[in-house]
Amino acid sequence: MSSSHSQSVEVHEEGVKARVGLWLFLLSEILLFGGMFLLYSMYRYKNPGDFHAGSMELSRFDGTLNTLVLLTSSLTVVVALHSLHVKRNKRRAAIFLGATIALGLTFLVVKSFEWTAKFEHGLYPGAKFLESQPHGFILFFGLYFVMTGLHALHVIIGMAILSFVLNFVLRDKVTADRINIMENGALYWHLVDIIWIFLFPLFYLIS
Amino acid sequence: MTYPRYILVWVGLVLLTAITVTSASLNFGRVGILIVLAIAAIKSTLVLLYFMNLLFEKRLLLKILVPIAVCVLTIFIGLTYTDVLFR
Repeated sequence: MSSSHSQSVEVHEEGVKARVGLWLFLLSEILLFGGMFLLYSMYRYKNPGDFHAGSMELSRFDGTLNTLVLLTSSLTVVVALHSLHVKRNKRRAAIFLGATIALGLTFLVVKSFEWTAKFEHGLYPGAKFLESQPHGFILFFGLYFVMTGLHALHVIIGMAILSFVLNFVLRDKVTADRINIMENGALYWHLVDIIWIFLFPLFYLIS
Repeated sequence: MTYPRYILVWVGLVLLTAITVTSASLNFGRVGILIVLAIAAIKSTLVLLYFMNLLFEKRLLLKILVPIAVCVLTIFIGLTYTDVLFR
């Protein structure tokens, strides 16, 4: 099979209408998070010292681990899509979809440990200890909880969507010839990954 | 033969992550934020082009959607900064 043929299969021309619809939704997501990044950059510009102090409270190890988990989950979901769509291998697609959902769960578990540690140190919105800190420090943790919280919500939604897709694949509702839902679910999952690619350096790596 | 390509992109993403984390601990001062943002931009471009398949999309609409979003965000952020800096 020539490579040009496999590429034309890969692009999936029939699904283009469904994809345009999903991409428009992804644009609205980019602007939603874009507004928050704008807010973040203004407050960081005004309170560089406090943002650095806030960042020092975060676990760089946990952040890096979660970055690797999400990057790997992006790989597994694209392999699942390719397995079903091009190779027509249902079993492999199901395995890699399951792996993606498991990696999403891993991300949330690490995140919950992180948040628990912050709560124990009195670093949560409204905590007496946090309220006694400088203004920029409070802003940093406000943004941290809102932005990583909204992102975690997206991870949960993405896992729910991929679970439906996995169910459909197992029941042959999604097949190599009816792949739209899986393709769009994978696109959504990648966007969640991209948002984390920006969140990670902005919160965990302030030097 | 696309599995190897996907794995190669993943290796690139992991290497770039390693570079960001290292650069952050080296203390580049004010330039540090530019370095980590540039690497994040490269990483998301890799995901968009290879994992989200934008490199192989034939429709112009799909090709220009992300550049449009980037332009809109640049205008938002640029205008906000001119307001705050020159107030």
